[in-house]
Amino acid sequence: MVVGPDASISDQVPVGQPPAEAEGPQKAIEGRSLGQIAWRRLKRDKAAMAGGIVIILLILIAIFAPLIVNAWGYDPNSFHQETMDPATQAPTSTFPFGSFDPKHLMGVEPPFGRDIFSRVLYGARISLLIAFLATLLSVIIGATLGVIAGYLGGWVDWVISRAMDLFLAFPILVFAIALAGVIPDKAFGLSGDTLRIVLLIFIIGFFNWGYMARIVRGQTLSLREREFVDAARSLGARSGYILRKELLPNLVAPILIYATLLIPTNILFEAGLSFLGVGIRPPTATWGGMLSEAVRYYTMPHFMFWPGLAIFITVLAFNLFGDGLRDALDPKTR
Amino acid sequence: MTESTAGESVATQTPTKEALLSAQGLQKHFPITKGLLKRQVAAVKAVDGIDFDVYKGETLGLVGESGCGKSTTGRLITRLAEPTAGKIMFDGKDISHLGTGAMRPFRRDMQMIFQDPFSSLNPRHTVGTIVGAPFHIQGVKTPHGVKRAVQDLLKLVGLNPEHYNRYPHEFSGGQRQRIGIARTLALKPKLIIADEPVSALDVSIQAQVVNLLEDLQNELGLTYVVIAHDLSVVRHISDRVAVMYLGKIVEIADRESLYSNPRHPYTVALMSAVPVPNPRRREANQRQRVLLTGDVPSPIDPPTGCRFRTRCWKAQDICATTEPPLVVREGDAPGHQTACHFPVADNEEVAGRTAAA
Ligand SMILES: Nc1ncnc2c1ncn2[C@@H]1O[C@H](COP(=O)(O)OP(=O)(O)OP(=O)(O)O)[C@@H](O)[C@H]1O
Ligand code: SF4
Ligand SMILES: [Mg+2]
Repeated sequence: MVVGPDASISDQVPVGQPPAEAEGPQKAIEGRSLGQIAWRRLKRDKAAMAGGIVIILLILIAIFAPLIVNAWGYDPNSFHQETMDPATQAPTSTFPFGSFDPKHLMGVEPPFGRDIFSRVLYGARISLLIAFLATLLSVIIGATLGVIAGYLGGWVDWVISRAMDLFLAFPILVFAIALAGVIPDKAFGLSGDTLRIVLLIFIIGFFNWGYMARIVRGQTLSLREREFVDAARSLGARSGYILRKELLPNLVAPILIYATLLIPTNILFEAGLSFLGVGIRPPTATWGGMLSEAVRYYTMPHFMFWPGLAIFITVLAFNLFGDGLRDALDPKTR
Repeated sequence: MTESTAGESVATQTPTKEALLSAQGLQKHFPITKGLLKRQVAAVKAVDGIDFDVYKGETLGLVGESGCGKSTTGRLITRLAEPTAGKIMFDGKDISHLGTGAMRPFRRDMQMIFQDPFSSLNPRHTVGTIVGAPFHIQGVKTPHGVKRAVQDLLKLVGLNPEHYNRYPHEFSGGQRQRIGIARTLALKPKLIIADEPVSALDVSIQAQVVNLLEDLQNELGLTYVVIAHDLSVVRHISDRVAVMYLGKIVEIADRESLYSNPRHPYTVALMSAVPVPNPRRREANQRQRVLLTGDVPSPIDPPTGCRFRTRCWKAQDICATTEPPLVVREGDAPGHQTACHFPVADNEEVAGRTAAA
């Protein structure tokens, strides 16, 4: 049997008799869910699969960065003054592009000679951690409010929709810069990097739920009109049951799609904040922070190249995967 | 109107004329609001005061053009919508304004078959989950477990019980409609409202599904309200037929009486409708009807007096001023009620006849 809309079985069946199995040899009758079908489509999409593999590698790198660096490189914050020319404060490396030194794979940073390779690996931890958790926060707030607005309608919908408009129109970058700029050194029992990471997650996540809410609300509005919701109601189902059992399973796909597309946006956002010096503070390694320091050494492009490449690959991988996921889950939107 | 003698149940072998469901002055107005404060500026009078009974064991056909309020009527009597006015009696109890909780026990006894088999089944659920949902929602225990009960139901509607784990998209329209029917039968209801149960299906499949509904009625002693936009669809299975126009019932009669002696001009017009080979819902509007020209007026501001007068070839002055009551007209069988000042007489030469284009 072929997968697709024409996979249905013939209708020409006499009343009162089970339909004849016109599908050749009898096999175990196991239905294929829409999820399984989407997975098959996704597997055929090379770009999306490449994106997915890169994402998995990135996650592994982020998790095991300390181990990799221990086995293979140098601590991201230790200085290697011996690699620097004391007079010019430029790396003395004779390797092409200042990189590809077996000791310092991506070269070293002026002026202290920190190892770029290990800083890029450690930067992945911060980037992915903030992007994932901020996205999760947006999804939780956005999906919950979107479902409530779409399902209940009326004044509840009105209030949530206006809040949505407000957040979507909010100059979030300006606000984030202002807010991140005044983060104290100690608050909520947290301090230093931990505090900044937590606050960045909250700022990015909290101001990004509008888009997710809008999508989920729209989907809920159209799902609510579907007759299977009426069918459940005519069986006596309560709102909680309808939300959980009838609507939510149909909302997983759009939520997943837009979450995957929100992650790269958040990675760029975090990089932007760190670049501007209001994100995670140096000396902690972040991609945005590395770029910002590299600007001062524009004559040595490799210094800027590696963190830039890391951002580029990560964002591209998530976008490819997200687009593939959308096509696989919802072929109509292609 | 027949007096409902519920409770006494005099043992009679012939079909009793006991009303299982009774609608009295039933009304549904959808408010049209404007501005921030949701001020009501008008209302869509989807159903505007209708009375009818559904007797135990019978099939009542409900017919009318698109937009005349058939679905709304169905949703009112299954209490998916709340009536603006009027009363719905089910099994002798007033259910007009019961809330979700209070309605729950009644829901076992009345179920709805939906028009669109592609929208009435949740695409993320297996057939087993869909047909088993009534047991879960109503907390009904089944002697041999839900799976057995579902498989029995699938057999009953002519589906392979092995398809338990399949998903709706793996079935054709006709089979999906059978799945929907299996779901409505799960709780052994007394009354089933079928809203255009076959209009979304291919013509070749329609008869099969109609036959299935009939077989099930004989087997399980069901009472049906079957909604259709075409008199020919319900002719076969109805015991009585009600014709609706713009939120009103304009004629109601036994099948024989209605088809052999239609009295309301609208019924006559509907009957002369030229059937088109593909009666899919979307084509319904484009159908050529002999006699029936012009559009259905807006239910927001329906014509005064008789609502059909803007399209009626017999209309006179009184039709614009006085609304004709739905009563038995001279010479008609008892129970054959018509809402028209000048009912069409037998062998009447119908003026204004235009050829089907
Ligand atoms: N929820 C609603 N809000 C506002 N108007 C509505 C609503 N539901 C139905 N209507 C209007 O009420 C009228 C009757 O609609 P209804 O669906 O009952 O017609 P119908 O006879 O079932 O037509 P069809 O053959 O197209 O299904 C229509 O004019 C429709 O636009
Ligand atoms: S009452 Fe008048 S307008 Fe209405 S159907 Fe009868 S003749 Fe026509
Ligand atoms: Mg309808």
